Amino acid sequence: MRKILLSSIIIVIGLTFLSRLSYLQIFSFSPDQVIEDPSIKRVYTYPERGYIYDRNGHLLVGNDPAYDVMVIPREVKPLDTLEFCSMLGIDKEKFVEKLRKAQVYSPRLPSVLVPQLSKEDYAKLQEKMRKYTGFYIQKRSLRYYDTPSAANVLGYISEVNEGDLAKNKYYIQGELKGRTGVERYYEDLLRGRKGVEYIQKDRFNRDLGPYKNGTLDTLPEQGKQISITLDKILQEYGEKLMVGKRGGIVALEPATGEILSMISGPTYDPSLLVGRQRSKNYTELYNDTIANPTWDRSIHAQQPPGSPFKTLNALIALQEGVLDESTTIRCYHGFYVGRKKRGCHCGGGLRNLNSGIFQSCNAYFAGAFRKIFEKFDTTDDAMDVWEGHMKSFGLGDYLGYDLPFGQKGRIPSKEYYDKWYGDNRWSSSFIISNAIGQGEILATPVQLANMTAAIANRGHYFTPHILKKIEGQDITNPKFTEAKHTTIDSKYFEPVVQGMADVYRKKGGTAYWLQVPGIEIAGKTGTAENFTKIDGVRTQLTDHSVFVAFAPVDDPKIAIAVYIENGYFGSRYAGHIATLMIEKYLKGEISRKDLEKKMLEKTLEHEYAKPYSGEEFKINERVW
Amino acid sequence: MFGKVLRRIDWLSILIYLALVFIGWINIYSSTFTEEQTSLLDFGTRSGKQLFFIIVSFVTIIIILALEVNFYERFASLFYLISMISLLGLFIFGKTIAGATSWYDLGFFNLQPSELAKVATALALAKYLSDIQTDLRRRKDQLYALLIILIPAILIVPQPDPGSALVFFALVFVIFREGLPLYYLGIGLTLILIFITTLMFGTIWLVIGLVLFIILFFLLKRKSFRVPIIPLVIGSIAIVLFSLSVNFVFNNVFEQRHRDRFSLWLRLEKDPAKLEQIRKTIGYNSYQSEKAIESGGFFGKGFLEGTRTKGDFVPEQDTDYIFTTIGEEWGFIGTATVIVLFSILFLRLIFLAERQKNDFARMYGYGVISILLIHYFINIGMVIGILPTIGIPLPFFSYGGSGLLFFTILLFVFLKLDTNRLKESF
Repeated sequence: MRKILLSSIIIVIGLTFLSRLSYLQIFSFSPDQVIEDPSIKRVYTYPERGYIYDRNGHLLVGNDPAYDVMVIPREVKPLDTLEFCSMLGIDKEKFVEKLRKAQVYSPRLPSVLVPQLSKEDYAKLQEKMRKYTGFYIQKRSLRYYDTPSAANVLGYISEVNEGDLAKNKYYIQGELKGRTGVERYYEDLLRGRKGVEYIQKDRFNRDLGPYKNGTLDTLPEQGKQISITLDKILQEYGEKLMVGKRGGIVALEPATGEILSMISGPTYDPSLLVGRQRSKNYTELYNDTIANPTWDRSIHAQQPPGSPFKTLNALIALQEGVLDESTTIRCYHGFYVGRKKRGCHCGGGLRNLNSGIFQSCNAYFAGAFRKIFEKFDTTDDAMDVWEGHMKSFGLGDYLGYDLPFGQKGRIPSKEYYDKWYGDNRWSSSFIISNAIGQGEILATPVQLANMTAAIANRGHYFTPHILKKIEGQDITNPKFTEAKHTTIDSKYFEPVVQGMADVYRKKGGTAYWLQVPGIEIAGKTGTAENFTKIDGVRTQLTDHSVFVAFAPVDDPKIAIAVYIENGYFGSRYAGHIATLMIEKYLKGEISRKDLEKKMLEKTLEHEYAKPYSGEEFKINERVW
Repeated sequence: MFGKVLRRIDWLSILIYLALVFIGWINIYSSTFTEEQTSLLDFGTRSGKQLFFIIVSFVTIIIILALEVNFYERFASLFYLISMISLLGLFIFGKTIAGATSWYDLGFFNLQPSELAKVATALALAKYLSDIQTDLRRRKDQLYALLIILIPAILIVPQPDPGSALVFFALVFVIFREGLPLYYLGIGLTLILIFITTLMFGTIWLVIGLVLFIILFFLLKRKSFRVPIIPLVIGSIAIVLFSLSVNFVFNNVFEQRHRDRFSLWLRLEKDPAKLEQIRKTIGYNSYQSEKAIESGGFFGKGFLEGTRTKGDFVPEQDTDYIFTTIGEEWGFIGTATVIVLFSILFLRLIFLAERQKNDFARMYGYGVISILLIHYFINIGMVIGILPTIGIPLPFFSYGGSGLLFFTILLFVFLKLDTNRLKESF
């Protein structure tokens, strides 16, 4: 017994050691040891972030050099503090305080003493820098915006946070990353790839030379220059028109799906989110929860689309063969749902497809909607067909553009109503509001623009997208270059398009007085009722002003949707803005100076102040 | 006559010894390697000095093998006396390195008498135990045997070098092998167990556990079994008192650094952030050594490619922490090889010890195994983080002249005795 005791102890010790070693060296071992190894320092070389140009080659975003004065406290030698401070433009107390903070942070590592010197200060300082041991100037690159607009599309960059670091191993503390918009979506293209040098060091942080003779080192890869589909002039013009209004404008090129402009009002100057004032400005913008300037309404604001939606119901009715161009429906200055009358502004009388559209007759489309549902044996079947058609226009779901997802909008399904009313407890009259784009339907401005582009193309659309070229090469992503076909045959589009053209063309058309000489525009007004809660009470606010349009009618170059919150009639704010945008894009200048003047002068701030005034207020006021 | 020795000597042990010394030297070379260093045989460098001591050790081996075999038994007591005097002499003539007065400055090298004392104590213990008049069933003889071990330990503690002092207690194992009743071992293990449980769970839980154990014992015992009530009560009281004294010693006698070592080892600190903090500051050595070994992976980074070794992140890497170099540069393959080599050596030495006809040779053999084993166990256990930090070298590996020389003497005296195994007396 005593003889084998020692042998067993030896074997047990050996096995214990082996299992502990295999735990350390086999199970805990991670191949990223170069990253974690404290004895290997990584020195990075950062490539310049790619520039962003508009569709015509105008610079939108570039880079600006900035100069930080850095300090390594341990290496600081006695110096002429007064002279140094005067060159840096700070007083002595501040200098001493900053130096103390740097010392507390680390005596060995560099800290920023004065961030972002101006070029003039830098020039003065550069020559004398040698005199001040322990201090040096580090060049950094800041984003520079050559436009005061498109903040919502371009996005901004900021320092990576804990979440980014955990998600993507590429980044290290202190690096910058695109946060929203194009900067975020095309981060990988714009950023390039940093180069890295591995340096062996000892525990006192002294360099011992390149690790493995530099065989693992890499050179930086330049960030790519990209062109986006925005038209800088149109974008800036649109934002000028939007001053004092809330809402979104999205303009597309129907033949490609390229986003010509994407405007959210109110917005902000992208330069606010660069440099020393960045976090102060951001907090200010972020905390404005009423106007919400950081919220991109063009993709996030889902609202009832109103009358532009009638065009789709007309197309579905034609496709399903429940009416043709000559079918007439009488408007009694409204229509009846059971005993209840719903109003209409069109003036009453017999309406056909054409006049139904250009005069925006509610009764006609309520009738058309009923006809669609009467074709089918059950409401469920009808609802499925209707929903399918609607969704083929890119409504009710994410469009899949190369920007933040935005919102889905809503095209209600039978399940939606089953849940609301109960199975088989509802019929077309319950949901008749859908005929005129009210009710349960929601859409974002970009969805409305896309729907308009599909009509302009007579039956297909290209997924809206923002990227046009990478390093001068056109994009080839089939997601954006292949047409998506709607479920409506192209022959049914012409009567609807003509109806929309008559909105401008014919007397009595809802946008007759917005005509632009020399351009044939097809459009559709919309006036969407909307509600809010004030102290818990559902309160109606002034109608939203909606307008969709494309031009020229026969060879569409631009399709646009304008959504102005609480702008009342569609032909007012939204109609004006859409018309001006189209003329600006097609002609480059404005002939309807009267419209332009009105839009530049008028604001809706008084309207937006109403719900917060705490007093009784009137909505839908006639005067404007 | 020398030819006979070479024929009878155990070549397996010698081969393993040579392998270990060679691997050790390679790693000393690597852990002290700098790019400027060109020559392998520069005696100004640590690897050069170590090579010099390897040569000295080889010469010593020849002398050991050439000497009369009964020389060691005959002069065992004298060696013991000399080494104890040399330990005492340190208090007057000792040279202090890194806070410990453990060396004599001999000009060309520093002699560490505690290394000599290990050999001498093993010899003296074997001689005393193999004496025909010694009977381990007698309390007095037990006491004498323990004293032989305790005297050098007590002399070494105040240097201060508690690690080396601890080594001598391994020799208790020799006494067990030769017949010390096993309940001493039982008591010893129980005390260690109570020590650890008290630190980890506190006296209260220990008492609760003890009460539960006794209740369970009474429930499950056979009816006919008569419980020795009085020893049970005394035993229980003793356990509780010891547990309380552990608390007292831990909180009032230990210094903070000792407490930190234990709280690190037993993971007493429950807050993971604080524990990590302790690991990186107080546990800096073992943290770095574990990380370095871990970073070697299965295949290692290759000879002279250990980045943490080069960066000098692990302190004392050529002495106490030499094993980390093997771990980082040679990976699991390297560390496993070393452990297998040591294990084979120990098992082989047990085999050799057991085949001795002569009692002195056998007991000395066990002494050699005990001393080598405790170094190996504590050193590697510390380096790979399963034991608290106790600074003792890894035999045949760690840089240090005295260490290598006396470990060699320790081993080869036994191998010399083994060549005479067939004779009952010399």
